[in-house]
Amino acid sequence: MAAEFSFPDAAARAAEFEPEKMSLSMGPSHPSTHGVLRLQMELDGEILTKCDPVIGYLHRGDEKIAENMTYNQFVPYTDRLDYIAPLANNMAYAIAVERLAKLEVPARCQAIRVITAEMARISSHLLGLGAFGIDTGAWTVFMYAFTEREKLYKLFEELTGARFTTSYSRIGGLARDVPEGWTGRVDAFCDQFLPILEEILALLTRNKIFMDRTVGVGVISREDAIAYGLTGPNLRGSGVGSDLRKDRPYSGYEQYEFDVPVGTKGDSYDRYLVRGEEMRQSVRILKQALAKFPGGPWYATEARRIFAPPKDKILTSMEELIQDFMIVTAGPQMPAGEVYFEAENPKGVLGFYVVSKGGGVPWRLKIRSPSFCNLSILPKVCVGHLISDVVAILGSFDFVMGECDR
Amino acid sequence: MPATADVTTALREKFPHATPRPSLDHPAVNLPAAEVLAALQYLRDEGGFDMLADLTAIDWAAGVSPRFTVVYHLLSTTRHDYIRVATDCPDDAAPAVPSATGLWPGANWHERETYDMFGITFTGHPDLRRILMWDGYPHFPLRKEFPLAGIDTPLPDAEIMAETGARVIPAPMAGGPFVAAPGEINLTEAEPRAKDESWNERREKPDA
Repeated sequence: MAAEFSFPDAAARAAEFEPEKMSLSMGPSHPSTHGVLRLQMELDGEILTKCDPVIGYLHRGDEKIAENMTYNQFVPYTDRLDYIAPLANNMAYAIAVERLAKLEVPARCQAIRVITAEMARISSHLLGLGAFGIDTGAWTVFMYAFTEREKLYKLFEELTGARFTTSYSRIGGLARDVPEGWTGRVDAFCDQFLPILEEILALLTRNKIFMDRTVGVGVISREDAIAYGLTGPNLRGSGVGSDLRKDRPYSGYEQYEFDVPVGTKGDSYDRYLVRGEEMRQSVRILKQALAKFPGGPWYATEARRIFAPPKDKILTSMEELIQDFMIVTAGPQMPAGEVYFEAENPKGVLGFYVVSKGGGVPWRLKIRSPSFCNLSILPKVCVGHLISDVVAILGSFDFVMGECDR
Repeated sequence: MPATADVTTALREKFPHATPRPSLDHPAVNLPAAEVLAALQYLRDEGGFDMLADLTAIDWAAGVSPRFTVVYHLLSTTRHDYIRVATDCPDDAAPAVPSATGLWPGANWHERETYDMFGITFTGHPDLRRILMWDGYPHFPLRKEFPLAGIDTPLPDAEIMAETGARVIPAPMAGGPFVAAPGEINLTEAEPRAKDESWNERREKPDA
């Protein structure tokens, strides 16, 4: 009977040794830290007794840069925040500055922004799931997810000219209207994507290994999630049904019907389930937005000091040429004041705090990034877990260092 | 749960030094630094603003007094409203405000970042060290006098620096950045100006 067998003096022998703790540094380049995150860990055997995330390896001074350029010039920098979902960042930034100008963009522009943001959400969650799968030893999920993601990137490329760095929004509108037939191709993507999504999720949802690795691992209570400022799927996984698309609708989200999934236990598995369901809901939103895709102008035509006129007008009309010149050189003209706008991005809530003294350049632009706030709970969540669990927890957080370090 | 407008009114009754802050979107109040913690606690416990959405600072440039303003954005996860609380740092040379880490543990990293970028001390913070820049970095990058190009700085690791001779050098800016000044423009100042932060390894840094 193996269970009853014991070494009689093993315990006495162990007591002779001073229990020692080991310090271990994981990252900044480590496959499971998803970028340049470093975890300074203190270990008792294989169990973490202390965890200090070291960030800043990707700090590029985006907020400083923003103070030195016009509002439109900063759009490409927003691509590089959460570089997994640049279209959602573009939209959040544009709306923040438009709030400053009290500018409403036309329905078609809003719809295009919603469509691109939801596509970005699907693409971000697909990568999140794929990477989470790899972290927990499931390679297939990644391959399936990336095949679908590639189809989305084809559509992004057709719309914006770039796969990754889309820079699609402008203050008061968009870089261009949707190309001919593009909405039909998005619709076709949605139709073929839903069954494949079920296939992908079926690889994990009842997978014994995956559940062993994630159920009950990295539990975040509802209170902690709020106190640490967690947002997005990480907050909803802990049972807080907070989603800005529902709570404070922007860009016409109030027209669309969708559900906000919430978890019950707040563990890594719940965060996975929330992301899976959010993709289904995103497809639902996409379908509705495509069905009632409005016509009309795709930029704020009346905002003459903010949005540059179409190129053919610039080349033929003096008035429009002057407008364009002013917007390009001095920037879109904003009133003095301050606004704080948050958008529900795939990773969580992306906030922009814009302080303006008027003119085309912000005085201060603070970027409140979801990954930064989400990671700040790591020292609390990781303690008491095995190192291998930390890998699962990091995977379930789905963060991006580009927006954490800015 | 009281409405946000009522909370703002009640806050101003309870804290007579609170003054309304001009805002284009959410309700906003200014508070003296000595009272800001009590007010934040009141907003959290009585006002229903249970989440600290954001904490940051603004530098109004050297020579302006008060120079630094610390700004808190609170969110009510039940009522879905924001409130903005701002406080001016009383001392322009050694700005300091009390730390909100006791109210929200999430304030920890925000305050470290604000300290890192502006050099504002948060008294009572359990672990106030740099977060984005490395420990021992001598400047505060988001202060207005810090140039966009950066400043020549030794590497964090002295050993590597001795071995390789590498330093953190300012970016070559080619006379730039070319940018219009913030603020209302008139026609003569509408053009972007070259700020000329192009001093680098070949050109002396002008004395500030």
